[in-house]
Order: sequence, then structure tokens, then C-alpha cells
Amino acid sequence: MNTEFLGIIATFLLTLVIAIPLGKYLAKVFAGEKVWTDFLKPLETGIYKLSGINPKEQMNWKQHLKVLLLINTVWIVYGFFVLLYQDKLPFNPDGNPGMTPDLAFNTIISFVANCNLQHYSGETGVSYLTQQYVLMFLQFVSAATGIAAAVVLFKAFRDKTTTNLGNFWEVFVKSITRLLLPLSIVMALILTFNGTPASYEGKDHFISMQGDTVHVSRGPAAQLIAIKHLGTNGGGYFGANSAHPFENPSYFTNMVEMIAQTIIPIAMVICFGYFIRRRKLGWTIFGVMTIGVLLLMIPTLTSELGGNSAIAKMGISQATGAMEGKEVRFGPTATAYWSTLTTVISTGSVNGMHDSTMPLTGAWQLLAMMINGFYGGCGVGILNYFIYLIIAVFISGLMVGRTPEFLGHKVEAREIKIAALITLLSPFLILVGTALSAHLFTHYGNAAWAVQPKTWLNNPNFHGFSEMLYEMTSSNANNGSGFEGLGDNNSFWNISTGIVIFLGRFLPIIGPVAIAGLLAQKKYIPESAGTLKVDTKTFALMTFAVIIVLNALSYFPALALGPLAEYFTMLK
Amino acid sequence: MTTNKNKMKKYIIQSIRLTLVLIVLLCVLYPISIALAGRFSKGNGGGEKITKNGKVIGYALLGQSFTKPEYFWGRPSAVGYNAAGSAGSNKGPSNPDYLKEVSNRIDTLLKYNPTIKKADIPADMVTASGSGLDPNISEQGAIIQIKRIAAYRKIDERKVTELVVENTSKPFLGLFGPSAVNVLKLNLALDEIISKK
Repeated sequence: MNTEFLGIIATFLLTLVIAIPLGKYLAKVFAGEKVWTDFLKPLETGIYKLSGINPKEQMNWKQHLKVLLLINTVWIVYGFFVLLYQDKLPFNPDGNPGMTPDLAFNTIISFVANCNLQHYSGETGVSYLTQQYVLMFLQFVSAATGIAAAVVLFKAFRDKTTTNLGNFWEVFVKSITRLLLPLSIVMALILTFNGTPASYEGKDHFISMQGDTVHVSRGPAAQLIAIKHLGTNGGGYFGANSAHPFENPSYFTNMVEMIAQTIIPIAMVICFGYFIRRRKLGWTIFGVMTIGVLLLMIPTLTSELGGNSAIAKMGISQATGAMEGKEVRFGPTATAYWSTLTTVISTGSVNGMHDSTMPLTGAWQLLAMMINGFYGGCGVGILNYFIYLIIAVFISGLMVGRTPEFLGHKVEAREIKIAALITLLSPFLILVGTALSAHLFTHYGNAAWAVQPKTWLNNPNFHGFSEMLYEMTSSNANNGSGFEGLGDNNSFWNISTGIVIFLGRFLPIIGPVAIAGLLAQKKYIPESAGTLKVDTKTFALMTFAVIIVLNALSYFPALALGPLAEYFTMLK
Repeated sequence: MTTNKNKMKKYIIQSIRLTLVLIVLLCVLYPISIALAGRFSKGNGGGEKITKNGKVIGYALLGQSFTKPEYFWGRPSAVGYNAAGSAGSNKGPSNPDYLKEVSNRIDTLLKYNPTIKKADIPADMVTASGSGLDPNISEQGAIIQIKRIAAYRKIDERKVTELVVENTSKPFLGLFGPSAVNVLKLNLALDEIISKK
């Protein structure tokens, strides 16, 4: 078998080998059971003391959401001003300018939301201070926010009837001290010793072999790249993200980065099953998600390895696959594998440029982000999947003519309304956003703006439409990757995607947590012969069907106008 | 009502204090310890440099522009190998201007390497990399340039072939991923033969 295929198979197996025990470990950590990392307790106690937090104080679901939103607001205010005035603050050895207000707005929302859509370029748009004190900081805490929100939901289904759902701060702090920080230290060291810069030295320059003067951007990159993957953030240190040889020096580091971004989302699913003492449910969800990922990955591999048909016509060899926007040291197979992972999970880091992938690959990337629940982002993946579960429970209930139940709690009108609203939110934001931008592009191309809409696109026709669709989809999914040809650093894109990211982040956190909180308050109904069992193969298939039908109905027309139309044009 | 207000105030103060504490842990202690450990890596955490006659002529990981016919060429770059502004071309697969560009690159390669056939040209030699700084080309990308280099430098083809083989990295652990040729190291090795003569 060829080494490129062996590489991705080994990567996937290693991911499972790490993620599954990690999930079991997390279940123990969040349940407060004994684990080997308990030696970190003094650190946590110190953090609570300095912050004036009593980790034993129980919160109900509303209080959880309240503190979640409050601390996120604090970060938005703090980060916005630091980004705005980074040119006047220290640690700016390259002398990069402060951000414009619209760019600072977009960037801060994007990083608080774990999205990491970047309308600036790392080399020229931020200082070492903002890279670390704003962006890397948010990569830690936004991931921990997602995990803590998911654990509220886990707690709701652990006990039969309860309003006490633990302490938000405790889970949030533990997500950092017991999970994100230790793993980041290990990974940052691996990257550093494989060539990624980690020091605070500024830009360097040298005279190349041919006599050109070359400037080299550097800085403390390894630290950020570690959490960028572990926290499913995706915002790179350098403009080219993980395609940059400093950000991802070798095939080995590429494997490490692919594994790092996948382990926590998978671990959270396993953790759910173990934590609520329904392991089979955890494994069933994991099964559905894995099948979903493979169904997106296999056609992506086929489409990329087949190469570009228009280039094939020129008579050259594309023996390994399409190479535009890809790096030789990874090859098209690992790049295609990465492109599926980074879109099903909301990482959005790239090791090759998505804008230059084949039309059908683009369709699979988009669909992966539209579904946004196969593994999904740190914590939020399982929250998104939970909404699909509730819809599946509801539809199954209608089919058999019984009041739908989920894990012993009646699912009633209020919960279904919330689930329906969250389900409708994504297509609303993506399609309205894309329609608005397409309208501006076609009808107001010459508008007297700083950047005229007609200059937005880097590619003509259907592919140009895909660039806009991708930007909105990625924003809503809090993914952060882009068809980067899009000229996106201007008021329209900064503000519109900022709003989409914000709504696409917080409503899909509030919704599932509220549903779980409401269900947990209700009387527990013991299982009987008439209970809908949610951990069976039949129900798994039902959930899968719900996911496919909902997304197909919502997005097929948009996909047809973009990547599918481009695909058929190229068939000619 | 007042208890609610008090609670809100308490949460806000906790949020701010926790944020400050975490900034110390995550933005000061964590990155500085990694940076200190990085001093023991090749390149001391600032990126490994390559020197020739005591002068830095490049970074081991970063590709650089080679356009002269006596050097092995690297891949096309959307940013001209600007290591302070990495980027790909972001050209879509059906973009007519882009396809014209690829076709021109094929013509250039055929012009400078008249002995090769179109079907010998690998895709990586006519497409821009993701970073614009790709340090590698495929083995085939180097092989098609051997005759040209040998002719321009007036050295034996076999010697050039040997150098290509020496500068080709095997898949990771011999099992995973592609093999690749490091263009900068290969060209350095080429220059060394000349100076030895």
C-alpha cells in the first residue's frame, strides 16, 4: 500500500488510541473522581482563591449561562481594545499597525467564539502581545468555555431529577488545568524541537543563494499552534496557517497536528457516555459520527487524488493528485484527510488552501461545516449533535404516536421549540448572509466603498459564489477556515461575519444547555417496554437520517449554485 | 432583587479576577517556559538557519526563489517566496486565468529542459504551494531538471543524480507520507561540487 495512505490510516488509529482513554479520563475528572492528575489540585485551589471562587457552589442552568456570557463579555471588551491599540503597546518588534475598528470587532468575536476566522495575516496584522495575550489566551478559554457548557448538559442527564448542575468555574478551570494546558505543553515542545520557532526574537533577514534579500517573520509560534489545534480553534500564527513550513515543519508534525485537533471532540463523546453511565449511548453517537466523517472523507480523497481535470488535459502528470495550494511534504492524501477533519470539527486550520481544492471537495467541506456535528468543536460538537438527537426523538415520537422522551424525561413543546429555532438558525444565517453578499456583488459592484464589492472575489463564476458561501458557512459553524481568495478585510465582511459568528456561537450553546436544564428539572420516568431507546442501531439510523434530511433540504440549492455547478462545468 | 444584583456583581468580579489569573498562567508562564526550553532546539527556537562560508543564506525549513538555470528550481510561489507574507494563490480549479498561467509554466519548463516530455512533468512543478514557501519538490520534479543542470554546470549527469538521491528525504519512518527533495540543500550541495573543483 502506498505510504501516503498508510500515513492517514496510522493517523486515524493513533487518534482513537489517544482519544478513547482520554474520554474515560475526562469523565472521571468532571465527576470529581480520583485521577492521576490530582497532583494539580493545589494549582486549582490557588486559582479559585485568587479569583474569589467557591467551586462547591452549585448553579442551575440559568446561572451557568449567565456566568458563561459574562466572562465572554469581559474577554470581548478586553481583547477589542488591545487589538485596536496594539501599535501603541509593547511586544511589537515588527512594528505592525493597530487594527481598524471593524477588523478588531471581527477578530475579537471570532476568537472569543472559538471560530478563528482571520481577516488579518499573522505576519503583518498582529503584534507578539496580541498573538499571545489576546489570541492564544482566547484559544484556551474559548475551548474551555465549550467544554464547560457541554459538561452542564452532561450533568443534567447524570442524575434523575436535579437543578444543581455543578459549578461552571470549576469545570472551566479544570478543562484548562487537567486537559488543555498539559497537552499544549507536550505539543508545543514537540513542535519546538521539530523546527517551529518559539522565541520572542523579531523579524530576521538574510541574503538568499541567488542574492535576494529575504525577510523572515518569526516569534513565539509553537505555543499558539499547540492550543490552536487542541482547542479546535484553528487560527494560525502565520498567514498560511499550517501550510507554513514554520507552523507545520514535517510529515510528523502534520500527523501530530491532525491528531491534536481530533482527540478532544472524540473524547467528549466517549466522556458523555461514561459520565452519564450510559456507555452504549456514547458509543452509538461515536459510531454515527464516525460513519458521517468517513462518508465525507472518502469522496474528498477521491476528488483530490483524481487531480484537476483541466490540468490533466494539458498532458502533465498528476500522479499523486491535485497540487495547487498544497505542500509537497504532506502530499494530497494527507491534505485531503486534513480538509475533512478541519471542517467536520470546527478547527478550521488548514495545511493546504481550500480555495484551490477541486469543486466536489469544496462541496464536502461546505457540507461538513453545515452539519457541524460529526465530532464537532471542543464541547460544542456534542451540543450541536444533541439538537439533532432531540429532533430525532421528537420525530420518532410522532411516528409511534407517543409523547417523546429522552433519557427518562418528557420532551415537550418548549424544548422542541428551542431545538427547532436552533436548527433553523444555521440555514438562516448562512443563506441570508450569502444572498446579501451575492446581491451586493451583482447589484452594487461599483458602490463607493473603500473596497468595491466587485473586487471581492479572486475567482470568477460559480467558484466566486462558493467563496462567499464558504465564508458565511465557516462563520456560522465557528470553523474559521476560508476560501481565502475572498477579499474579506473590509467593513462589509468584517461586520457581517462578526455578527454571524456571534449568533452562530452563543445561541447553539444557550439552546442545548437550556433544553438539558429544563429536562433535568422534570420528573424522571423509569424505563418501560414503551420507552424509546436512544442507544439502539435503529435510533442511530434515525438520527443519521434526520441529519441528512435537514441539511439536504436546507442547503442543496446553495451547494448546487456553487461547487456542484462548477463541477458540472468542468466535466464538459 | 438586591440579592440578584449582588450575585451579578459577584459574577462580574469573579470573571475579571479569573481572567487576570489565567492571563498570568497561560500568557506568561506557559509560553515563556516553552521559549526557554526552545533554546535547546536546533536554531535555539528562532528557526534553524543554514550558513555558507559563515554567512546565513537561508532557513532550513523555508524554500527560497531559484530562477537561474544552473540551480534546481522550486515550486511556483504566489508570493515570490516572501517569508514575511506567506500565502497560496487561492486560484480555483476552473479559473481560466489560472489555467493559462499553469500552461505558461509548462511551456517555460519545456523550454529550459528541452529533453523532457510533457507527461514527465509532475503537477507540483507547475502549481503554487499553499504557503508560497514550500521548501520541497517531488523526486520527479528534480529528475526532470537533471539534464539541464548537468549541461549548465558541465558536470556529469550521474553526479547530479547522486546529489538528488542524497537530498531526497524518505517517508516518515520509511512508512508514512511522501518522499520529497529539499531544493535549498540540493542547490547548496551543487555549489559545493563546483567550489571543490
